[in-house]
Amino acid sequence: MSRLNVNKTYKLFIGGKFPRTESGHYYALNDKKDNLLANMCLASRKDFRNAVVAARKAFEPWSGATALNRGQILYRLAEMLEGRKEQFSAEIHAMGSSESKAMKEVEAAIDRLVYYAGWSDKYQQIFSAVNPVATPHFNFSVPEPTGVVAIIAPEEQGLLGLISALAPVIVGGNTAVLLASESRPLSSISFAEIIQTSDVPAGVVNILTGSKNELLEHMASHMDVDAIVYCGNEDRKLELIRELASENMKRTVFYRKSDWSAETAQSPYFIEKTQEIKTTWHPVKI
Amino acid sequence: MGETGNQDVFISNWEYAEAPESQDHIQINKRYDLFIDGKFEEPQSKKYFQTTNPADGKVLAKVAEASEEDVDRAVKAARNAFKKWSGLPAKERGKYIFRIARLIQERAKELAVIESLDGGKPIRESRDIDIPLAANHFFYYAGWADKLEYAFPGRKVKPLGVAGQIIPWNFPLLMAAWKLAPALATGNTVVLKPAETTPLTAMKLAEIIRDSGLPHGVVNIVTGAGETGEALVRHPNVDKIAFTGSTAVGKFIQKAIAGTSKKLTLELGGKGANIIFEDAALDQAVEGIVNAIFFNQGHVCCAGSRLFVQESVAELVISKLKVRMGSLFVGDPLDKNTDIGAINSKKQLETIKKYIEIGKNEGGRIYQPKCNLPKTGNWCPPTLFLDVSQSHRIVQEEIFGPVLTIQTFRTIDEVIEKANNSPYGLSAGVWTDKGSKIFHLTKKLKAGVVWANTYNKFDATSPFGGYKESGFGREGGLHGLKPYIKFE
Repeated sequence: MSRLNVNKTYKLFIGGKFPRTESGHYYALNDKKDNLLANMCLASRKDFRNAVVAARKAFEPWSGATALNRGQILYRLAEMLEGRKEQFSAEIHAMGSSESKAMKEVEAAIDRLVYYAGWSDKYQQIFSAVNPVATPHFNFSVPEPTGVVAIIAPEEQGLLGLISALAPVIVGGNTAVLLASESRPLSSISFAEIIQTSDVPAGVVNILTGSKNELLEHMASHMDVDAIVYCGNEDRKLELIRELASENMKRTVFYRKSDWSAETAQSPYFIEKTQEIKTTWHPVKI
Repeated sequence: MGETGNQDVFISNWEYAEAPESQDHIQINKRYDLFIDGKFEEPQSKKYFQTTNPADGKVLAKVAEASEEDVDRAVKAARNAFKKWSGLPAKERGKYIFRIARLIQERAKELAVIESLDGGKPIRESRDIDIPLAANHFFYYAGWADKLEYAFPGRKVKPLGVAGQIIPWNFPLLMAAWKLAPALATGNTVVLKPAETTPLTAMKLAEIIRDSGLPHGVVNIVTGAGETGEALVRHPNVDKIAFTGSTAVGKFIQKAIAGTSKKLTLELGGKGANIIFEDAALDQAVEGIVNAIFFNQGHVCCAGSRLFVQESVAELVISKLKVRMGSLFVGDPLDKNTDIGAINSKKQLETIKKYIEIGKNEGGRIYQPKCNLPKTGNWCPPTLFLDVSQSHRIVQEEIFGPVLTIQTFRTIDEVIEKANNSPYGLSAGVWTDKGSKIFHLTKKLKAGVVWANTYNKFDATSPFGGYKESGFGREGGLHGLKPYIKFE
């Protein structure tokens, strides 16, 4: 008899740990032939709230880390992913992509991490300004992270999409709570294993699997979330997010459905979307 | 020296000589119509409202109330003008805006006097701050018009289309400039709605725009109150809403346009923390406190309305502050000596009085210097509250008047915690002679503008705008272009 595979239990990733959903709910993820791939955690509102608490706690140290440090940690993510390409492409393949497409997605995801790692100590220089005010003051404006960002990851390309939405957020010093692709969650939640082994402090990235319909409202209305990123094409969801986000003036960021492997799917302007500009004045005359 | 003793010195020994600014050279029409498509037009409803001088209650003019139909006409005019305006060679667009800047400078004195008459702010402020800054704002953005490719490295930009802009009553002309200049420089056309209590300088600006030869319909100005603003917000043919005002209205706007593709920037309320450390130059800090909260009668979204004084110097700072408050002149906005003018409207005066009552009822210890307030008009003496804590409503909520709350602190971490404990995040002040402390604080404070060893400074080149519930988007500087463009 051939050896029996040991299957992985897919769980959530909150505060650097891998808990099961507190709800005890799950949804079955099947392959094309309707065979069970995995039972995914159906994260609850409470799981989301716990993740926000973890992200809030992680914000001070992460936003206070040096830009160099953040860049090196993002680069470390790329290194770790590179070493586990086979696992990730197998997962993506299992969820329906061809083998070559799956491998391409993983490679693009690695390159995306390297791309944003490189921006970590440069976007500030692009988006800052020394302002030549007409009074005797020194005046400058710099970007600062917005805070805790809730991200509804793209439904398509479960790994590359998630990383494309996540990397510009965390490289800028924000912390994140992600809701993974509902239909392609395996590689999304497995990415948590990469995060956990790459010196990313606990709580900086939190990943949930579950239902958009169930969680979206809570994500958009949570009063301790500073910004929300929605990747998708459903106008009704967009409208709902805008409406609920107004309660505490969350910043709203929308990415339309797209091919995340395109060159246009990465930009320093995506980092800027979850940055605030702070202007400081000081007299120069003594 | 006792508190009242100080007052007596000033009142008994200081023979006050009035120095009112002349009103000879200004002209205010009896009636102002809407400025649509380059012409002054009556509102369809024929309805007009009165704008009054808050210092004496006298009517200054009657002003058209724009209905939904009028707003629609204005939006149509802006839409029709968009193609031509955005298609102009950028340097020509810039030259129109330069012209507007120059025309404002030429008529600066007239504009300053009207600003003080209509809004109640001291002439010293409208003359030295509001009007020059408004002109500078146009001058600054005029120069950007043909240089936008340098503002957004790697990307080509284009204008959004028609911008609907709604401005408040605290800096009427300056806010019009903040809104119009970047919108025009980037090639948008505009429908602007001034506040209903302070429409006059906007209508003077309409004259200036007409005189500048700006193509018809590029700027349209519709006067009115909340309904007019709502019609503009809800108009389907508007691509962008820029609003400065209260957080409550800002949230309402965000909800109202949630189902549309309209772009939005909001510059909303604030409850600025002004932090005085024991190693600050205390006399300068006291001047800073006064400027932070009593500038423009406290009708300033970024006012330093929450004062935090380090415990070791609190007694000294507060006693110096009381002395300084005793020497502030409250009265005729047109008097060049006046420090605190008239409260902008009866309604706002009611709000301020309500908060003063709330402060007393919550156990705050109030201090107001003796002031000879004029018999008529809307006035509020400079006011401070001691014995308050973070949970007091007057500490949490924006009052928008000359009312300061004072708390003390011991450690840096404590004051950062307290300062950031607010849904707002517009501004903050830090007073210390230690450089590292300044940078530590400016980094930790959740505020869009941080003034270190100064307060309430503004400049066309300097981005302004808030964190959290103080809104989003920046006005001024390079960053002020972003809200009016999209990437190609």
